Amino acid sequence: MLKESEIRTFIEGTTNYFEATAQQCASVGSPYLVTDGNPGAYEYTGVIGISGARKGVVYFTAPRGMLTVLLMRMQETDTSDENIRDLVGEVANTISGNARRDFGKNFVISVPVVISHDERQLTTPHARSFVIPINWRTHSAKLVVCLE
Amino acid sequence: MAKPAANGPLKLMIVDDSNIIRRRIERSQQIARLEVVGSASNGRAAVEMFRRTQPDVVTMDLTMPEMDGVECVQELVAINSEVLILVVSALADKATAVDAIAKGANGFLCKPFTDRQLNDALEELLSEA
Repeated sequence: MLKESEIRTFIEGTTNYFEATAQQCASVGSPYLVTDGNPGAYEYTGVIGISGARKGVVYFTAPRGMLTVLLMRMQETDTSDENIRDLVGEVANTISGNARRDFGKNFVISVPVVISHDERQLTTPHARSFVIPINWRTHSAKLVVCLE
Repeated sequence: MAKPAANGPLKLMIVDDSNIIRRRIERSQQIARLEVVGSASNGRAAVEMFRRTQPDVVTMDLTMPEMDGVECVQELVAINSEVLILVVSALADKATAVDAIAKGANGFLCKPFTDRQLNDALEELLSEA
């Protein structure tokens, strides 16, 4: 059973990114449970794999519109696909760093992988996932936690 | 290693596999004493660029392809023990920071960072110069 504190670590890793890089806080929507193995994704997704004390994946997925505005808030004028992929990977990297700090060596966390434009590449290892909506300005993204 | 001219800018090299982070550090570093002389996306390219550009200050990511940041720190310090290295990484655990410092880094800044945090960290690093 996932602990609330574990989920909070992943959420804070995500919201910290918005606060630090855009100087605008993201808000967290009501989490919900998906049990059909298909928590869904937007166009760009940063995935971290987890093994050790827990096994599974955690991913941050966001639409291009949100990531483009986030880049602009960082004064980045190049909003190419490459930079958008880079950005979603950095968000996942931050989530990964937070998890390493809070969970220590009990969790083995992979380097983030970025998936874009093809949701079929994204598979969850278990049927149950917690989905946490992340809202920023007028945009919505999702943090998906699928751990044994 | 050539010393900067009196009151002239110190040379800064940026090492990070993220293009947006490299560009962000280039844009946000507003310290008059620093001049960006190059950026590299992995440790191996950084070592080559370091030999060529002879920077005084380096910002260093840790998780990178080909050669990671800690190994790169060791290589750079072996080339010039006086270089000032600020590790800029999302690996926020204490053990990682201690390891990087032990290998020769001079400071550690966690990602994500604000422009202010970056400039403060660089100022603190330069106060050691």
